[in-house]
Amino acid sequence: MTMNTAINENIDPKAGKRANFYDVEAIRADFPAMKVEVNGHPLTFLDSGASAQKPVQVLERMDQAYREEYANVHRGAYRLSELATENYENARSSVARFMNAASADEIIFTRNATAAFNLVSSSWGRKNLRAGDEIVVSHMEHHANIVPWQLLRDETGIVIKVAPIDDDGNFLMDEFAALLGAKTKLVSITQTSNVLGTMTPIKEIARLAHEAGALVMFDGAQGIVHAGIDVQDVDADFYVFTGHKLYGPTGIGVLYGKLDILKNMPPYQGGGDMIEMVTFEKTTYREPPARFEAGTPPIIEAIGLAAAIDYVNSIGQEAIAGHEVELLNHATKALGQIDGLTIIGQARQKCAIVSFTIEGVHPHDIGTIIDARGVAIRAGHHCAQPLMDRFGLAATARASFGMYNKKEDVDVLVDALLYAKEIFA
Amino acid sequence: MDDAIDDDIRALYQEVILDHGKNPRNFRHPDDAPLEAHGNNPLCGDKLTVYVRLGEDKKIEDAAFEGRGCAISIASASMMTGILRGKSVAEMERLFGAFHTMCTGEGEIDAAAAEEFEDDIDKLKVLSGVKQFPMRVKCATLAWHTINAAILGEQDASTE
Ligand SMILES: Cc1ncc(COP(=O)(O)O)c(C=O)c1O
Repeated sequence: MTMNTAINENIDPKAGKRANFYDVEAIRADFPAMKVEVNGHPLTFLDSGASAQKPVQVLERMDQAYREEYANVHRGAYRLSELATENYENARSSVARFMNAASADEIIFTRNATAAFNLVSSSWGRKNLRAGDEIVVSHMEHHANIVPWQLLRDETGIVIKVAPIDDDGNFLMDEFAALLGAKTKLVSITQTSNVLGTMTPIKEIARLAHEAGALVMFDGAQGIVHAGIDVQDVDADFYVFTGHKLYGPTGIGVLYGKLDILKNMPPYQGGGDMIEMVTFEKTTYREPPARFEAGTPPIIEAIGLAAAIDYVNSIGQEAIAGHEVELLNHATKALGQIDGLTIIGQARQKCAIVSFTIEGVHPHDIGTIIDARGVAIRAGHHCAQPLMDRFGLAATARASFGMYNKKEDVDVLVDALLYAKEIFA
Repeated sequence: MDDAIDDDIRALYQEVILDHGKNPRNFRHPDDAPLEAHGNNPLCGDKLTVYVRLGEDKKIEDAAFEGRGCAISIASASMMTGILRGKSVAEMERLFGAFHTMCTGEGEIDAAAAEEFEDDIDKLKVLSGVKQFPMRVKCATLAWHTINAAILGEQDASTE
């Protein structure tokens, strides 16, 4: 199911043909947000990289679960609680299948991707890392894959090493390999940059990390949306993603971890649901995943995430990816024709995320002005300040595409950008 | 097409603002400015450094700035550094109060301040277009927060 190979490089003619059958209007009809008007214009939503819109299938499933299937999980000896528990655990199985995990026990529900990183750093990191041990991240990480390691560094004296990228945003494999050594304990790299759109060679990264004797973790917050993941094929030890970018609700994220690794990790937070037996003298903890899900979990959110996965599967991840490649190619070409516009991130393997700057117009001003045309993009540092510094920028504008975007959205964006340029002319 | 929003955009990006944004005044690092502070808008990563020198009489003798940001934040810093020269710290604080009210559009400018700073408020009015864009109010006020911090001896100002 992974399609992270050459998704942009060679467009398979078959994929192109399939994209003709991609019924974007039918998909748009499923997303109520596509009917929203902003400032008297139909919304042109190009900020799915920050958070995606939700199809009615997700909204209705959550609504129904709240109305008719709601009780706390793992507790009540009554039918409704059994049903809620079943739904919740089925959602875990759905996620496991979606990522091709070997077992549903390898899926831990968290609040978001950020919480999943913090879980690994607090639990696995504190137990296994000592002063001088090294973690390798890349220069294009989201703060969620930087700050938790810095907190751990302040506590334990570990060393954080940074794998470089080139000016186009390509991940530099040789330079990365040179950073690995006997002290490397963890490699934690993004599958897809949320700023540059770069897709990293995760399978190769995993192979090299393992050769060095390190564990490997991937940030799939963007990658799982645009390319999917097969954690067994890639041989990831940890993989995180967040529900709200995958057309699901907020408040739910996933940590995948290989079972033998999870079994040897201490609890992250303590409380109800994660214990076997509690006395004031001693408490024993349950096996994963329960050990890492203290307290009442995001029940309805998990059910919503499973509905989002069903929806994505009903369209087909490959079909979505094919459609997005067309959008990316169209956007790259159309934006490239705007005088003074520079695309930041031209990696050989890219997904449908396009960051750019326009000479003489600050990204924030771009954002405000094109919003007057109903166009929603992100302007700012995208929670990746070290990457911004790498390119000598304080901010970029970013258009990111989802399954519901159409080519016309790019044209509306281009017109709106020309309007912004006109104001600043 | 919603003309009202286009009018709001034109009001926000008036000629004066675009001019100050492109050619900011007092955009320099003076050798003899003992007071300075860094202003930071954590939402967008925009950064300003404001430099101030107070005279014997505690009036602002020189104010300048450096940094990068959107047209609104740069224009605001440019205009502010010009307007505050020759003003006392107490005057700066009263004028900032009036300016803040203009930018948020919440409430009326204090009548005494409106009279005292009639000309300055007239000039600063070009920035009041931000009140239609709540996300941008902080862009307009960042320089003012920062000069306040410089004079009150705080190191950093943040719009958060
Ligand atoms: C690459 C990447 N990693 C991590 C995150 C964090 O996701 P969340 O805020 O849902 O924890 C994001 C989204 O902002 C992201 O784009």
